[in-house]
Amino acid sequence: MSQAPYANWVSMREALHAEWTKLRTAPGTLWLLVAVVALTAALSAAAAAAATCPSAGCGQDPAKISLTGIYLGQAVVAVLAVLAISGEYSTGMIRTTLAAMPRRTTVLAAKAAILTGLVLTAGTIAVLGSVLAGRLILPGHGFTSAHGYLPLSLGDGPVLRAAAGSVLYLALIALLSLGAATTVRDSAAAIGIVLGLLYLFPIIAAVVTDQHLQRHLQQIGPMSAGLAVQATTGLSSLPLSPWAGLGVLAAWAAAALLGGGLLLRLRDA
Amino acid sequence: MTTGTLTPYRSDMRAGRDGFGQLLRAEWTKFRTVRGWVIGMMAAVLVTVALGLLASSGHAVCNGQACNLSVPTGPGGEAVTDSFYFVRQPLAGSGSITVRVASLSGGNTSHNPGGPATAGLQPWAKAGIIIKENTRPGSAYAAMVVTGSHGVRMQYNYTGDTAGLAGVVSRASPRWLRLTRSGDTITGYESANGSAWTKVGTVRLSGLSPVVQTGLFVSSPAYRQVTSQRLLGTGAVIGPTLATAVFDHLSLHGTQTGGAWHGSLIGGGASGAYPVQGGGYHRAGGRFTVSGSGDIAPAVAGAGDPGQTIEHSLAGAFAGLIVLVVVAAMFITAEYQRGLIRTTLAASPRRGRVLAAKAIVIGAVTFVAGLAAAAAAVLLGGRVLRGNGILVYPVTPLTEVRVVAGTAALLAIAAVLALAIGAILRRSAAAVAAVIVVIVLPYILAVPHVMPVAAAQWLLRITPAAGFAIQQSLPQYPQVSNAYTPSSGYYPLAPWAGFAVLCGYAALALGLDIFLLRRRDA
Repeated sequence: MSQAPYANWVSMREALHAEWTKLRTAPGTLWLLVAVVALTAALSAAAAAAATCPSAGCGQDPAKISLTGIYLGQAVVAVLAVLAISGEYSTGMIRTTLAAMPRRTTVLAAKAAILTGLVLTAGTIAVLGSVLAGRLILPGHGFTSAHGYLPLSLGDGPVLRAAAGSVLYLALIALLSLGAATTVRDSAAAIGIVLGLLYLFPIIAAVVTDQHLQRHLQQIGPMSAGLAVQATTGLSSLPLSPWAGLGVLAAWAAAALLGGGLLLRLRDA
Repeated sequence: MTTGTLTPYRSDMRAGRDGFGQLLRAEWTKFRTVRGWVIGMMAAVLVTVALGLLASSGHAVCNGQACNLSVPTGPGGEAVTDSFYFVRQPLAGSGSITVRVASLSGGNTSHNPGGPATAGLQPWAKAGIIIKENTRPGSAYAAMVVTGSHGVRMQYNYTGDTAGLAGVVSRASPRWLRLTRSGDTITGYESANGSAWTKVGTVRLSGLSPVVQTGLFVSSPAYRQVTSQRLLGTGAVIGPTLATAVFDHLSLHGTQTGGAWHGSLIGGGASGAYPVQGGGYHRAGGRFTVSGSGDIAPAVAGAGDPGQTIEHSLAGAFAGLIVLVVVAAMFITAEYQRGLIRTTLAASPRRGRVLAAKAIVIGAVTFVAGLAAAAAAVLLGGRVLRGNGILVYPVTPLTEVRVVAGTAALLAIAAVLALAIGAILRRSAAAVAAVIVVIVLPYILAVPHVMPVAAAQWLLRITPAAGFAIQQSLPQYPQVSNAYTPSSGYYPLAPWAGFAVLCGYAALALGLDIFLLRRRDA
């Protein structure tokens, strides 16, 4: 009886080890992580190279520009997270997994933990690369101290919030995708649902004529809300504050994981 | 004992046919018997229409109250703006009108509280002579005009524009303009000195009435300044401007001349979509000083405009696209996942034909679903917009067909691209993500102002997202100043050119796919 907590602890450690081994040895994982870093940094650098600030007060947010790559990187993160669970369903591996580890919630928690660790690592490298690209490229395009811009530095509070927030954003996207994929099982449907959730809100918000509806759509959309964390200027005009925005995304991720976990417990595999 | 030669056994079943028709039928059977895919197609239609209706909901607000705007249509059926100050008299049959423009000046009007302090003379302010069917806005015309900074032009029927002498008109360098009518044909001439005339252009206004209105006119288009580019939408200041021109040496030749000159304001008023600020004229001997506001030009959509284009109701096509991409990618990756591809290729060893049959089936099914969705979205969305008092820019039936059928074709080609990438990668998650990222993400980066305009325009030239240009219903006109940016619905490529970019990507992916399918084991 006193051994029960110990047994739980052991099973979680074993589950983590098992999930780490599975994810580490899956053929696509390494390439997808490399793609997260490369695509994020490349799009960020391209956005920084395309931005210009012709005069003082050009009203642009240099931190946001140099983190543009997150728009692309999140799609790769979503693929990685979806494959972490859908891959098991498509090969039938899930039945072996659940036979070996009958505590299904533990399996999902272990998957989420390993995935979060991997995405946080890749995301940190990607964001550091993006900020470095912005720091090197932006001053050459008019973002100079004469126009009221200091070089991007992580020592600056809002910039640090934008950078750290972007890393957390990617991790939350991974959890949202994992939850969605656990719910629908099929990888194509799962990735369609995740990218639809992320990309459709801003498109619909851009075309609705009703101002209130537009603002609400921006507040509840996982991408438009979550990326509020990247803003360093004009915070008062945002539909919601940076951390609150990330909170909205966290709520989406929690809901998806909860739904997925519940269905995993209730359904046959 | 004689026995007949032993005849080998022949099955009396007829040999199976392996024509391309058979292959198409096989693929169609595969598609329609998977319930999830058929439901996916129907879901794509429903979300496209539903989100289109959501985008069209909401009421127009003009000065704090609901407004009821209208816009005239030109002889070609396109939306136009037709408001100016006209000093006119009737002209029966053939004849000609000649005038000297001595000066053109302008700025914003004094009673314009929301406008900028100094707008100056608008580049496309116009002063000149016109022959117009009647005074109804949108009627046929031909005009010779002096512009603010684009020299002399001959313009006709709103969209026609021919350049004449360059340079700014002033007292030191006036411009002489002449229009002659002979039947349906109107010819425009210009001169720097009133003696040596150059022909600028000839136009035929078919069905022009025997009696037309002719005379002097001045117009000055609304001032637009983009004030802010937020994450969503664009803030803009838009206000009326006024231009004033001095004319002399006016002469009119025709069968019945010598009538009196009448000044009148054409178009504008409370129901116009474009702000207009009065106008008037003053005559001192042979010298006419005419002030006017407005523009005679095709309508354009842009920041600060209260109107909506018909493609506004097609925003839901993005949602439909995502669903269709998922179904199209699964149409091939499911075969790899279940091992059915080996049966398929054993039954039809010519692998390229298998892929072609699959592409035709998914393309055709998507086109039909897309056509139903786009037609319903444009019809219902347009009705909702108009019902809420929002102006929908009229377009010609041909343009409407192009926008609706083009959206269906766009979805079909996107589905074929998803199929091809699915067959290359053999993994549905990666294929679906790749197709959605290359088609939808550039649009998100371009339209809601994530990227600078120049970079956004490049993205919409070189990525498959260029295909959305086929939805653009209002063309871009060099003779109308406007911010022609992706966020106001203007794509950098022409509709069919943009669509060709998407088709190019799909063809490339299919070609690579056929090559790989022949080389790789299934």
